[in-house]
Amino acid sequence: MICQKCNEKEATVHVTKIVNNQKTEMHLCEECARKNDGIAFETPFTINNFLTGLLDSIHSSPIKVDYIKTTTCSKCGMNYGKFKQLGRLGCSECYKTFNEKLMPLIKRVHGSENHTGKVPKKAGSQIRLRRRVLNLKKELRRAIDKEEFERAAQLRDEIKLLEKDLEKSE
Amino acid sequence: MTKWINGEGPLDDIVISSRIRLARNLEEYPFPIALTNEKSKEVIKKISDAIINGNTALKDDFSLIEIDKISDNEKQVLIEKHLISPNLVETPQKSAVLINKDESVSIMINEEDHLRIQCLFPGFQLDETWDLADKIDDILEENIQYAFDEKIGYLTSCPTNVGTGIRASVMIHLPALTITGYMDRILQAANQIGLTVRGLYGEGTESEGNIYQISNQVTLGRAEEEIIDTLKEVTKQIMGKEHDARATLLANNRIKLEDKICRSFGILTNARIIGSKEALRLISDVRLGIDLGIIQNVDVKTINNLMIEIQAGVLQKIYGKSLSANERDIKRAKLIRKKLNLNKE
Repeated sequence: MICQKCNEKEATVHVTKIVNNQKTEMHLCEECARKNDGIAFETPFTINNFLTGLLDSIHSSPIKVDYIKTTTCSKCGMNYGKFKQLGRLGCSECYKTFNEKLMPLIKRVHGSENHTGKVPKKAGSQIRLRRRVLNLKKELRRAIDKEEFERAAQLRDEIKLLEKDLEKSE
Repeated sequence: MTKWINGEGPLDDIVISSRIRLARNLEEYPFPIALTNEKSKEVIKKISDAIINGNTALKDDFSLIEIDKISDNEKQVLIEKHLISPNLVETPQKSAVLINKDESVSIMINEEDHLRIQCLFPGFQLDETWDLADKIDDILEENIQYAFDEKIGYLTSCPTNVGTGIRASVMIHLPALTITGYMDRILQAANQIGLTVRGLYGEGTESEGNIYQISNQVTLGRAEEEIIDTLKEVTKQIMGKEHDARATLLANNRIKLEDKICRSFGILTNARIIGSKEALRLISDVRLGIDLGIIQNVDVKTINNLMIEIQAGVLQKIYGKSLSANERDIKRAKLIRKKLNLNKE
């Protein structure tokens, strides 16, 4: 994270200001934050705090997690403490770095941890095919539940064909 | 010409506009929050190249606006027309936006994510809006390697957007449900199925002008089409309820309702000084009056235009100079009179 004011130093302070109903958020280094007039050094309650606060309640085991020892993302330098403060991850790699802590949060927010939507074409036809098969299987189950057996038979054949394609390409 | 303001769309008496926003990031760069100015410029160049310099059908249709190169009022205008978010202008040295000619597509660069592809159509047409967003996403992807994970989908700076990265929303005018006090209940019900309803102008559930935005909260675990279908279904139900509430109001309080609407029209067509909040409130009454056939000779398009034009930034753009709050209130009243008294002034 880089300070939005000097664009040089590491940003360590997250500032939320509300003036005339206009909300501004800034990530500053300590020096710039001190210079920035009118900023009191206290943690404001923001939606991000709230969101990342969920993390703590998920991990509310008798042993408190020691945040100081958390790992740092090798690609962008983000650590768990900062994420907690900002509610934002620094890069795609963060999802791997903080996987263990993020997954329960994601599951809690979305009620799921599996993407079933669009897949970029470049990411390979493999994923698309596998996903298509999964979706067809879901549809098949629904068709059977509804006793639409003709449709179910069609779906079954389609699934078989796709699975063959998958085997070939693997 | 802004399509969503000036165009016509299906069911646009209640649903003002439909919007799809996709959050995407480039695999090779850290998210905007962790980018230096220099790297941010690289990201802007990569994305704008993919649209403007690439050999795509889009290249002549889009232009790039770098946020640090436009005036504060121009920024304000883009925000008021819903083409960019207030967040985008907070880091002007780092951010930009690509906008097409009819302003139905705006691609924000380096907002919270590298890319926020937004499509905005008039009326209730979420499927068409999604089709366009999907297509633009495909074209971008030909030249850009997206950050994508097989299990959890498109990776976004905030984990609340991960998965599809989609935010589908409708802007909807619900005066009768607001008057009859049903909004709280609708809010709670929508929440339970993963949708958010919020006032467009004003804080929380309070909404100046009775205009609300309904959008999905959950982005992971459901396909885009499922998310859109849920929003469509709920919107249809809410529209049905709004129609019912309007019918009830007409049946029980017709003269009172007519009085309220006509008084509002009277103020708008005669006031010499008017603030934006009051104007929004009265415009809502007039919009309802048009829908119910109580006010004729004014069309919804005029009302959509007014809603945007009375806001500070656009107003100042129309008059070509910066105005004090008092001057704005006077000019605003003048503009409204001009637009609504079509034959008089």
